[in-house]
Amino acid sequence: MGILEVKGVNKRFGGLQALGDVNLSVKENSVHAIIGPNGAGKSTLLNCLVGKLIPDTGSVMFNGQSVLGRKPYEINQMGISRVFQTPEIFGDLTVRENMMIPIFAKRDGAFRMHAIKDMMREREIVDAADHMLEEMNMADKYGMHAASMSRGDKRRLEIGMCLAQEPRLLLLDEPTAGMARADTNNTIDLLKQISDQRDITIAIIEHDMHVVFSLANRITVLAQGTPLVEDDPENIKGNPKVREAYLGETA
Amino acid sequence: MFGLNKQDTTLLIIVAILALFAPFILNPFPEGSALAQFNAGYPDLMQRFVIFGIFAIGFNILFGLTGYLSFGHAAFLGVGSYAAIWMMKLLTMNVIPAIIISVIVAGLISFLVGWISLRRSGIYFSILTLAFAMMMYQLAYSDLFGQLFGGVLTGGETGLQPKVSDPRILDAALAEGATPKAHLFGLEMGASHKMNVGAWSFTFNAGYYIAAFAMLAAFYMSIRIFRSPFGMMLRSVKSNQHRLNYTGLNPKPYTLAAFVISGMYAGLAGGLLVAMDTQVGAERMFWTASGEVVIMTILGGAGTLIGPVLGSGLLKYMENILSKINKSVLESWFSFMPDGMSDFFIAITNLFVGKQWHITTGVIFMLVIIFVPGGLVELGKRIGARLSRKKEPNNTDGSAKPEPAE
Ligand SMILES: Nc1ncnc2c1ncn2[C@@H]1O[C@H](COP(=O)(O)OP(=O)(O)O)[C@@H](O)[C@H]1O
Ligand SMILES: [Mg+2]
Repeated sequence: MGILEVKGVNKRFGGLQALGDVNLSVKENSVHAIIGPNGAGKSTLLNCLVGKLIPDTGSVMFNGQSVLGRKPYEINQMGISRVFQTPEIFGDLTVRENMMIPIFAKRDGAFRMHAIKDMMREREIVDAADHMLEEMNMADKYGMHAASMSRGDKRRLEIGMCLAQEPRLLLLDEPTAGMARADTNNTIDLLKQISDQRDITIAIIEHDMHVVFSLANRITVLAQGTPLVEDDPENIKGNPKVREAYLGETA
Repeated sequence: MFGLNKQDTTLLIIVAILALFAPFILNPFPEGSALAQFNAGYPDLMQRFVIFGIFAIGFNILFGLTGYLSFGHAAFLGVGSYAAIWMMKLLTMNVIPAIIISVIVAGLISFLVGWISLRRSGIYFSILTLAFAMMMYQLAYSDLFGQLFGGVLTGGETGLQPKVSDPRILDAALAEGATPKAHLFGLEMGASHKMNVGAWSFTFNAGYYIAAFAMLAAFYMSIRIFRSPFGMMLRSVKSNQHRLNYTGLNPKPYTLAAFVISGMYAGLAGGLLVAMDTQVGAERMFWTASGEVVIMTILGGAGTLIGPVLGSGLLKYMENILSKINKSVLESWFSFMPDGMSDFFIAITNLFVGKQWHITTGVIFMLVIIFVPGGLVELGKRIGARLSRKKEPNNTDGSAKPEPAE
């Protein structure tokens, strides 16, 4: 049993079968990559995991509990954090405030009316946020407006915000899309370090084969909404079906 | 001090000093001089400054922090006023129960309205709040509930005021022909002390100082909210609700709490209006009154601490001072000019004063939105920056972004 079990998931958009009978099992503490050509349904699948979309049929179990029908914030509180294709951060807030919010969410839950105490006097929260920023190599940026940072830094901050929640499962949707080579390599190193040092499962959607083969220890290939194969990276490289459906295209 | 950081404490103290000395500050021109026209230091107007300041401070907690633009907040002010006047009719002319009830009732009604309106965001939210406010205005204006139960709730077109014959169970009966007067444990709201210094005349009014104290308390509470984790969550709702959802936080109760708090501020303002002037009519709930608080907040600087206070002060000043300048006043101003010329200037100026004061407000509002969208607070900051740059030419200020709330 994996920490995430997807069984028989179907999702239609009008006449389009975006997901057709998807089965997926993500093992605890693995780095599981989901690859496939554009329009294969990768983002749709991810959206079904975090409560943004509800599958037409099938089940999605996380850690033995169904996520279906739950709101995104409830699913997040269960231990799933998500990094978006374009970084989603609180642009009007400072970098430190950005980091404090997920830590508040972890400590206080989905809502708490703490309207009197000065937030800077929440020592444990501020310290945890600063600690995380240090770990992300962003300690010098804590007072900056998040919106004024480079895209690479925004991505780094977003990953840090997700990690600050100490999730069991971290989902990333093409985290290096549109990044320069150097930023891409930095992100690979960061994710490697995260999976090595933490008790965390990572599921990553990725287009860049360099990223996939640097990180993943399990790969699912999705084509036209259906998993083609699921295997270890070495076998995926040599699989003729995969070469034809996907790798052949880009090679 | 008071659990505030140094900068906020300074701000609070400045506002307190301004409120304390307002009777002097707002009356800079000697009595009887031509410029006495521009004096604003009389009780009625000073009370309005601080009461509408409260209204705008509360509105800013919703609009400035979460970005949800309500077009119906005057309804909560009206509800507060009606609740207060009923306390004065049934219980006592002491303003304390009236003010407390106005806050509570406005809080309950805004909870209901917010609960429903917050199902939508953006323009749909605004329209929902507007629709609620218009319904509530209509209910008050026609006293539908009163008619339904065969009594009086809002008094319809004539509104409500305390009468000698009201039960007022806590007060001793009044003599026939007396007028019930609002008081704080015996200190009448209308009680004033006049001080004459040379040609100047200053008025110290009990009602004003009570309202000013309420404004300071409201302002202090708003600073605490701005600096609290709750305040940060409200700002994050405005910044990126999507991210908030995927960070395990439920935006709905946060926005609803902000909505109810701002509704309670509006109720407090409504209750104080009744304490100062013991009568209510439905017109204060009309949608233009809801628009006014939006303009006040934006004019001063939405999302800033002091902005709403400045904005409401400016708007109320223009409403009361510009509107009093009529043709004969203008004639006396321009009388030194040759006839044709003075007629011309009178005609032009007349467009912007008297009943047409709204035109001036509109022009100022447009200029602010276009050139200083951050309102008076941003204008002040820019002037400050310009001045300090002149002093030390090499000061490249601006690398560190200002905190969103100052
Ligand atoms: N909300 C939606 N409404 C309609 N069609 C959609 C929606 N989301 C995705 N699709 C369609 O579903 C298919 C899969 O999309 P997506 O999951 O984004 O692919 P990928 O992320 O693998 O590139 C595409 O054909 C896309 O156009
Ligand atoms: Mg995609």
